[in-house]
Amino acid sequence: MLRYVVRRLLLLVPILLGLSVLLFFWVRALPGSPAESLLGERATPELVAAYKERYGLDEPLYKQYGTYIKTTFVDHDLGVSVATHRRVTEEIRQRFPATVELALAAMFFAVGVGVPLGFLAAKRYGGVFDQSSLIVSLLGISVPIFVLAILLKYIFAVRLAWLPSVGRINLLNYDAKHPTGFYVLDAIIERDPETLRDVLKHLILPAIALGSIPLAIISRITRASVLDVQSEDYVRTARAKGVAPATVDRRHVLRNALLPVTTVIGLQTGLLLSGAILTETVFAYPGMGSWLRDAIFNRDYPVLQGGILFLAMVFVLVNLVVDVLYAVINPRIRYT
Amino acid sequence: MQFSDRRAHTLRGSKLKLVSMAAVVGAALLVVGAASAGYQPGAALGKRANDTLIYAGASDPTYLDPALVSDGESFRITKQIFEGLVDFRPGTTKVVPKLAKSWTVAKDGRTWTFSLRGGVFFSDGTAFNARAVCANFNRWYNFKGPFQDASATYYYQTVFSGFKHNENSTLGKPLYSSCRAAGPLKAVVKLARRNGPFLSSLVLSAFSMQSPTAMRKWGADQGTIRNGTFYPTGQYPFRHPTGTGPFLLEKWTVGESVVLKRNPRYWGRKARLARIIVRPISDNTARVQALQTGEVFGMDLLAPTLVSTVKRNSKLKVLNRPSFNVAYVGINSAKAPMTDVNVRRAVAYGLNRQLVVNSFYAGRAQVAHEFMPPSLPGYEPKVTKYAFNPTKAKQLLNQSSCHVPCRISFWYPTGVSRPYMPDPKANYEAFKASLEQSGFQVETTSQPWRPDYVKNVNQGTAGHLFLIGWTGDYADADNFLGVFFQGFNPQFGERNAALDRLLDRAEQETRTARRIALYKQANRLISQFVPGVPYAHSVPALGFQKRVRNYFTSPIGTDEFDTVSLGGQ
Repeated sequence: MLRYVVRRLLLLVPILLGLSVLLFFWVRALPGSPAESLLGERATPELVAAYKERYGLDEPLYKQYGTYIKTTFVDHDLGVSVATHRRVTEEIRQRFPATVELALAAMFFAVGVGVPLGFLAAKRYGGVFDQSSLIVSLLGISVPIFVLAILLKYIFAVRLAWLPSVGRINLLNYDAKHPTGFYVLDAIIERDPETLRDVLKHLILPAIALGSIPLAIISRITRASVLDVQSEDYVRTARAKGVAPATVDRRHVLRNALLPVTTVIGLQTGLLLSGAILTETVFAYPGMGSWLRDAIFNRDYPVLQGGILFLAMVFVLVNLVVDVLYAVINPRIRYT
Repeated sequence: MQFSDRRAHTLRGSKLKLVSMAAVVGAALLVVGAASAGYQPGAALGKRANDTLIYAGASDPTYLDPALVSDGESFRITKQIFEGLVDFRPGTTKVVPKLAKSWTVAKDGRTWTFSLRGGVFFSDGTAFNARAVCANFNRWYNFKGPFQDASATYYYQTVFSGFKHNENSTLGKPLYSSCRAAGPLKAVVKLARRNGPFLSSLVLSAFSMQSPTAMRKWGADQGTIRNGTFYPTGQYPFRHPTGTGPFLLEKWTVGESVVLKRNPRYWGRKARLARIIVRPISDNTARVQALQTGEVFGMDLLAPTLVSTVKRNSKLKVLNRPSFNVAYVGINSAKAPMTDVNVRRAVAYGLNRQLVVNSFYAGRAQVAHEFMPPSLPGYEPKVTKYAFNPTKAKQLLNQSSCHVPCRISFWYPTGVSRPYMPDPKANYEAFKASLEQSGFQVETTSQPWRPDYVKNVNQGTAGHLFLIGWTGDYADADNFLGVFFQGFNPQFGERNAALDRLLDRAEQETRTARRIALYKQANRLISQFVPGVPYAHSVPALGFQKRVRNYFTSPIGTDEFDTVSLGGQ
């Protein structure tokens, strides 16, 4: 197992190098440059030329790429945002915890509702519950996230005033302490139940919006997997031996059915961590997603390159963890 | 299976179902319970809701050293912490004393003597005096290396042109020459040449007075260039901005909020509110919704299409920011037939500006007749006005080198909405129709705002006509007319020598009345020469809860929060 983990970690290097090439040329293929974006009407030819010279945009592409590789992988410097003039690594440090918290909340919702939903749908195969869960899943996949986010916000925040509409925390609570940047964890560490309640309230709507697609996928995969496993010989054998149905379900059906679901959970978590751009924008949630969205509009090359590279690394690491967990859940699986 | 086993199986199955249902119901109750308690942002934190203003801007500030920033969101914060020698009377563009009680300018027009206010201290306890004033002016003048980058000192370069030792050829001869403390409260600033806009440009937050002690202590002059972008490396602009203003920086959480607290040692009337919290919300609709839910009490940059949403809400109100922009149809006078002034005048008569302003600005604009807003000194009410008149346009064309139908190209941008031009395509289509009614045959070109459109307009490679505009940086006619028409501007193709000379004189004139007269003369000349056709000054809107009182909007966007109070105070 250790060899497997080390091998997967070493694979990160060619993956990130390959991605760096793609990113480098992709952002430069975008029309415009930071100069025109930021200067707007003030983008006189002289100012644009001066910007390009300072930014090194007038150098040959291979030279620009060499500079980029050196600063990123040798100097460990992801650069400075052209728009905000802040270091990219500093922005990631401040914004990533928000995205992690939101992603985890969304997966908590997706798994917490999706797995029981899929399981019960399989157990009531062909019935009303099964058909209803199919409709719920289809809605979850087909309704765009931003539409759902806007609807949820309008109904529960603006009209009913049940929940907040923006941000991570009530700003009047400005003296709440955040030692780690993970507000839920910080509220627990600081033993601040008011802040904990407030932070959780801020998570509910964006987590439901963001978790809708994973919920739909997880419930369908769980349903299919349970149906598949239920017809396996070892399940029939266990039932024939008189093992209680609840025990059969728990020990034989669920445990095996969750294997493919674990993979899906891992993939979905990685995708969510990649920045919930639309959800964060609708809810003004200060995470990686809203930051990358602004960077696209500003042609902010350092943010796009550094931010996406970082998220790619996170995605690969999350999937490595999922693969290791896979072996833990299913002892028959051995990595060499 | 025996009966007892079957019964046990049934009971266990039922138990599983019951547990599952209970779990689902419990989770639902948890969510509903958390939610149905309702969300009242101020309820749990009582008093704070009445002594703290939460205000929504569009983005985070970059950093908080006003000499090194050029964006509105940074100035929104620095305006509360810092003050300059002069300021505008709230809500107007009239220059009034601030840290300087009075000033005189010598006959040479280059030597400005400022008499400073006594008993003023920076928030770190450093005395504000003539030496501090000179320290600030000299700091800007002596900027070196990365600080001479335009991304670091845009406004200094715009107003003062150059530094003591220019390190690149795009910089001009510096306007600033020296500063001398002629007494503890008398600072004498000498310029290299006469400059009329000098005093009004000092209103810019970029020229605020900062504590020399704090700047030295916290590394205000540490910075570098990375990937072509200036980046300060000291702590000063992020944690220790130190001014004389009514507020202090308490806390800045990037992406979430900037918290300012009242300065208890402020020299003037203390701020009415204990705290101001500025939160960045980039999406227009999200900003309005936060206002509706009470999570913010005020917001800037209220989109014209959302003004009615705020007005319809009985708990909210709309405030207007005095117009400080101009939308215009530019004319490239170097391209025939626009070389002929009769054709340009025909264009002016052929554009139905009233229709565009009435139809596409949600009632929030006025027809523009000049290239500067009415609020600025130098505005001339008696310019030639070109009311829409297709008959007159055709007559002029038939007297010109381009008879009816006169073929011209007209460009407009896509993928953009500007404060002075919310819907460029709509403006364009209306103008095209009115021009075709007036004897023109119009060929359309549209390009994305970024990167092509602005580049082509600024290079003079766009069509005969093009839609664009300008929002002022500081309240002086020079920041409009000087930007457009002083020196050669490729946009307009041809240079008008008489206008050039007039604007040079106006820039160097230090007597206010004389400057105003010169700019009025320039406006009359422009309306005759018709290098372009201004058509709208839009009025930006802000939204507030009705309980927010005494908020005065600044034409240049840097509102001061010290007068603001919240209902009942």
